[in-house]
This record gives sequence, structure tokens and C-alpha cells, in this order.
Amino acid sequence: MTTETHIDIAELRKKQPRFNAIDSGHRACLGCGQALGARLVGEAVGPDIIVANATGCLEIFTTPWPESAWRVPWMHSLFENAGAIASGIEAAMRAQGKSTKVVAMGGDGSTFDIGFQALSGMLEREHNVLYVCYDNEAYMNTGVQRSSSTPHAAMTNTSPPGKARMGKRHLKKDIVQIIAAHHTPYAATASVAYPSDLRKKIRRAMEIEGPTFIQIHAPCPLGWGHEGHESIEVERLAVQTGLFPLVELERGELTGVMPIRQQVPVTEYLKRQQRFRHLFAKGDSRAAEELEHIQALADHNIEVYGLRGEGVDRFDTEGSDTVHRGGQRWA
Amino acid sequence: MMQPLEGSQALARAVALCRPQVVAAYPITPQTHIVENISKLVADGVLNCEFVSVESEFSAASVVLGAAAAGSRAYTATASQGILLMNEVLYNIAGSRIPLVLTCANRAVSSPLSIWNDQQDSMAVRDAGWIQLYCADNQEAVDTTIQAFRIAEATELPVMVCVDGFTLTHTLEGIDIPEVAEVDAFLPPFEFGRKLDPRNPKSLGTLLSPDFYPEARHSHHMALEKAQAVIEQVDADFAAAIGRRSGGLLTVEGPEDARIGILTLGSVIGTFREAAEEGTDLPAAKLIKLRSFRPFPVEALKAAVAGLTDLIVVERALSPGAGGIVGAEVRAAMSELADAPRVHNVALGLGGRDIPMSSYAELLALAERDAPLRFAVFDADLNKLPEEDR
Ligand SMILES: Cc1ncc(C[n+]2csc(CCOP(=O)(O)OP(=O)(O)O)c2C)c(N)n1
Ligand code: SF4
Repeated sequence: MTTETHIDIAELRKKQPRFNAIDSGHRACLGCGQALGARLVGEAVGPDIIVANATGCLEIFTTPWPESAWRVPWMHSLFENAGAIASGIEAAMRAQGKSTKVVAMGGDGSTFDIGFQALSGMLEREHNVLYVCYDNEAYMNTGVQRSSSTPHAAMTNTSPPGKARMGKRHLKKDIVQIIAAHHTPYAATASVAYPSDLRKKIRRAMEIEGPTFIQIHAPCPLGWGHEGHESIEVERLAVQTGLFPLVELERGELTGVMPIRQQVPVTEYLKRQQRFRHLFAKGDSRAAEELEHIQALADHNIEVYGLRGEGVDRFDTEGSDTVHRGGQRWA
Repeated sequence: MMQPLEGSQALARAVALCRPQVVAAYPITPQTHIVENISKLVADGVLNCEFVSVESEFSAASVVLGAAAAGSRAYTATASQGILLMNEVLYNIAGSRIPLVLTCANRAVSSPLSIWNDQQDSMAVRDAGWIQLYCADNQEAVDTTIQAFRIAEATELPVMVCVDGFTLTHTLEGIDIPEVAEVDAFLPPFEFGRKLDPRNPKSLGTLLSPDFYPEARHSHHMALEKAQAVIEQVDADFAAAIGRRSGGLLTVEGPEDARIGILTLGSVIGTFREAAEEGTDLPAAKLIKLRSFRPFPVEALKAAVAGLTDLIVVERALSPGAGGIVGAEVRAAMSELADAPRVHNVALGLGGRDIPMSSYAELLALAERDAPLRFAVFDADLNKLPEEDR
């Protein structure tokens, strides 16, 4: 005898323990840090949101018509106006008396560079918007070109190394400080290698009435030149070296950092990625100089933000995201 | 009630009557008085809306796009450099089929820098996929603004209301502002079926592969074509509700048996009307007032030129290296007629150059030419130019 089973997907979804704004089945590359970042953000924001997404990898890989990976209302307009689109949606929510939170999302290109003005305006006008920047340190969607977030000395297709150059000549823009200088209630950095910390920061930002900003460092296997399965390892090193400090700033004041338990030399991070390959060329004196330079940048971050931990801290770069007794992991 | 108002002040009142929920704007001459007046209405509590003072026109257009996509009635205004800065967003708004209204206080485009009136700005974005309606006077500007929201919301297309800068925006005249109740009855609250709503999540602005792109473009084109009937209908409904027409797609005035026609967009028709009235010794001419430039009303235009031997297209912009913009489109439409009039095409009054009444007779004289005038900047004084630039 056979019994008929009927599976109601919509009902099942309702029973899922954690709502996620973004579904599987999108078309990101294997090991894409941005896809992981969006998933983690999607877990923390809840269903009552509207997303304004700038042009870039996330937008492209989640919405190839007639499919969409989004389970929340989502809008893409242009590369450089996510801050203004979000402002408009938020103004509409205000006009309609709704409490739906607006979440803007963009890559480093749309955030640091071309969409910076619209973002700055959004912050200055104090729209109630959480702006999330997925920082993969280059224009990936157009095939890996430099942005103002690309780190010093990194190779991209518009900052190639050669006889006269050692990759990008300029420094990575310190965007979180610039955002904080807008008197922003809450601006923080996060990393996809530290998901609990990331989610905690998103939840904190969601609770604040006013503009908030979270810069999520997100490895890109294609642009950084590492295998997809190495993304998390590489990304952890970005934090553990001090090159990407995890900090929280409230109205410009530093209010939190993730301490580094054991500082790792920058070479450990750099050598894992093809974009820094030229820094390990044998017999090139410029390479040694650049490595020193980058180590100095990491040391400077550690100094400025006071990242050197004092012994063991359960939420430092080693302790965070290990499972703690009592369910603290989801703190 | 008829009252003496500056054009911009009247426009602000008209916008307020439409109860926009979100207004975003950035100042530029000659649009400034419109948004200043709206700000004042907001400050005085006459208009209850979110007024977003943005940091650029690019953001102004983006804010109203986001707001309308989220289901709020939205309005913006700009001109000239502001229109050009908005260009990318204008295409995006129309392609996403988002209904909203923009006033373009028509002004010349730099360089050379000019703050004065012509229509190069709105003409530059004619292919963005917006409805474009040109107003002949401030009463039309007020009425067209109110109609524009109805048209936009019925067609899910954005509407640009083109109002000549200074000539209309800064001129004081007697204008009738409709009653609140009349406008409320004419323009019901905005209900947007595709709005961003967490209870019914949709993705808007997705990537389209070549498998779908041409169909999307076709349907956008057809939406504009079909908007012709809506523009006519809304004008008729407005007349029924408030008692005035603004001229549908186009209007023809003047003697039935006239053999010469002059086609214009915007306020210059006022000058020609007066010149025709006074110039009793001049040949009879029909005045064709083209109100809807997008959609371009080919059939209405073909009917309007019936019986004409010469049609003089007078425009306030040009496409350097090609000639007239409106003229080229009128000629294309005429090519469908067996007995089409000869088309003469001139640009007049660029960068705010005064268009004197005397220009009317000079234009009519074009009909006496052996060959039609393909294109000329009609009032350019070549003596002011070095030999090699003439
Ligand atoms: C005005 C404009 N200029 C350029 C582009 C091309 N473009 C699309 S996405 C992109 C790069 C996106 O980089 P980023 O914001 O860092 O996001 P990622 O793709 O790396 O996630 C560029 C240059 C565009 N769409 N619009
Ligand atoms: S190119 Fe990089 S950012 Fe883009 S989808 Fe692939 S891994 Fe992700």
C-alpha cells in the first residue's frame, strides 16, 4: 500500500529556524566571500526589510531574470546610486508610516568610489538605512580592476606590476573613518571569516534608528587569486595580520575592536594570493621593500586601534566563532 | 479661483494639490522658485510630504525612483545641467516603468554657459522613454502637472512636464488653481501594483539576457504608443472635471483654409498668436501646438497638416551636425503622406534670444522659397562670427 505525501514548501519555509533574505541557487563563483557575506547579513536582518542593491557581482549573480535569489523585496537601479535609492525608499516608508528597515548593499567600487557622493548624502540626511559594503578590494564584476579600496601593491588588471610599477601605487581608502566622520551613529567593519561577530554587528545596526554602515571584508577567489575552498583561511589571515582591523565606531568614537591574540606576519596572508605574487619575486629589491611597507601598514593599524590582545579573550581572533559552552557562540 | 501668481508658485501649488508623498530636488535656475515654493508649503503645513533636499540631481532622480518603487507618489523638478546629470537615472526610471512626475524648467545647456530658456535639455533626453508634454502657458503648466500624475499612474510611465524657463516659470499672470476637492476627485491616491513590499517580495531591476531584452524594449515602446490615447482621455476627463483642456497630443488653430502651418512646442506660440492677430496683411496660417513630443503623435500630426502646402517647424534646440530634432521627426512622419507639405525647419530663440513678433512674418516668408529650408539657426546674426565660422 502506498501513502501519498504532500510537501508544502511554503509551510516548510515558515518552520525553518532562521529566516534568510537570500536563497541558495544563485550564481556566485565557488568560495565567493560576498555571497557568504550576503547570506550572513540575510540571516541577521529578518524579513521586514527592503534591499537597495548597487550594480556589481552580488546584483548580477542573484538576479538573472526570470530568477531571483531574494526572498525580501529587492531593487537594483544603478552602480552609483544605492545610497540615494535607499534614501527614497526610506522616505516612502516614513511617508507611509511603516517601520520596514531599508538595507542598501554595494561593493567597494560603488561604495568607496562612484556611489560615494550618494552615500555621503544619505548619511548626512540621517536616513534610517543600514548600508552594507562588501569589500572585495576591486571591481570584480567587470573583471578585476583597481578601486580606491584595492590595497597598496596589489595587482589588478588596471594596476599590473611591471618594470616601472609594483601593483597599485596608492593606499586603500580608510572608508570606515570617513563614514564615521559623518557623525554616523554606528559604523563597523566585519569579516566573513567571523560570522558570529558579523551577525552581531548587523543586528546592532538594525536596532539603531538612523544611518548605520558595515564594511564586510569579503574574499574573491577570482580577483585575489586563491582557490575557492581557501577563502575563509585567507580571510582569517587578513584579520589576524592586522591588515583588516575589526572595529566599531559610534558617532566617530572607537567603541569596540576584535583583539588579535597572535599577530601573524603579513607575508602569511600575502603569499596565499596571486594578486601579491610579484612581492615574492626572487631578487627584486622592490619586492622586499613593499613587503616591509605592508607590514608597517598592519603594525600601524594594530597600534592605532589597540588591537594587541592581552592574553586569551573568548571573542578575540582565535576565540571568536569557536563554540563556547552555554551557546555564547551566537552572542 | 483665478489669482495673480508667478508661474513657479502656481506650479508648486499644483504639485501640492496632487499630494505627493515624497519630493526630492536640487536647486538650479530657473527651477529654483518651484522647489522653494514647495518647501514653503511643506514648512507651512499645507503639504504633508517627505521633502528630501539631496546633494545632486542624480540623487534627486534616484530618491524619487526609490520612493515611487516603494509605492509613494513622488515628484522632482530640474533643468538644463540637472537634466543631463540625471540622464542615466532617467533611462533607469522609464525602463523600470516607474510612474512619477518631473518638471523640466527648460533651459539651454552649457557650453557656452547660458541660464536662459531653450529646450535643448529635455530634447537631449527624448529617447529616455519618458512621456514629454510641453506647456504653452502657465495655466497649461498647472493643469498638465495635475494631469501628469494621472497619466503616469495609468501608464506606469514617468512624465516630464516641460515648462519654458523664465518665460513661464518667472512670469506673473492670472492663473486658476483648481479646488482641493476637484483634484482629489480627479486624482485618486497612488496604488502601485509592483511596489516593494515585504509581504509580497519582488525583485525589481534585474539583469536581462538577450533572450528577453528586445521584448522588454518592445513593450516599453508600445506602452508609450498606447499612452497617446491615455493623454487624450486624461485631458478630456480633466475638462469634464475642471472645465479646461490643455491640448491633448496636439492642437490646431487658425483659419481652416490656410495653406501654411507653423508647428511649435512650448510658450512661443503666444508670440505667434499675437503676431497673427495683428498681422492682418500676412498670409493666413495654422498654428500647430505640439504638446506631446513623446509619444510622438504621428497620426494626429498627419491629420493636422491636411491641406497645407508648407509647414514651418520652429524649435528651440538642435542636433549639431544634423539640424532640427523636431523637424527631422516631423519630416519622417510626413513621408507617410502622399500629399505632404514642404517642411521648413528652423531653430529660434536659442539660449534665451528674444523672439520678437516680427519673426512671425519672416517665418511665413519661408513658404515663398523655391526649395524648402532644410535647417537654419534662424536668428543667428552671422556678422557676429568670423568669416570661417559662418
Ligand atoms: C556608470 C557605470 N560605470 C561603470 C559600470 C560598470 N560596472 C559595473 S559593476 C562594476 C564594478 C563593480 O565593482 P564593486 O562595486 O567593487 O562590486 P563587485 O563587483 O566587486 O562586487 C563596474 C565598473 C556601470 N555599471 N555603471
Ligand atoms: S568574481 Fe569574486 S565577488 Fe564576483 S562572484 Fe566571483 S568570487 Fe564573488
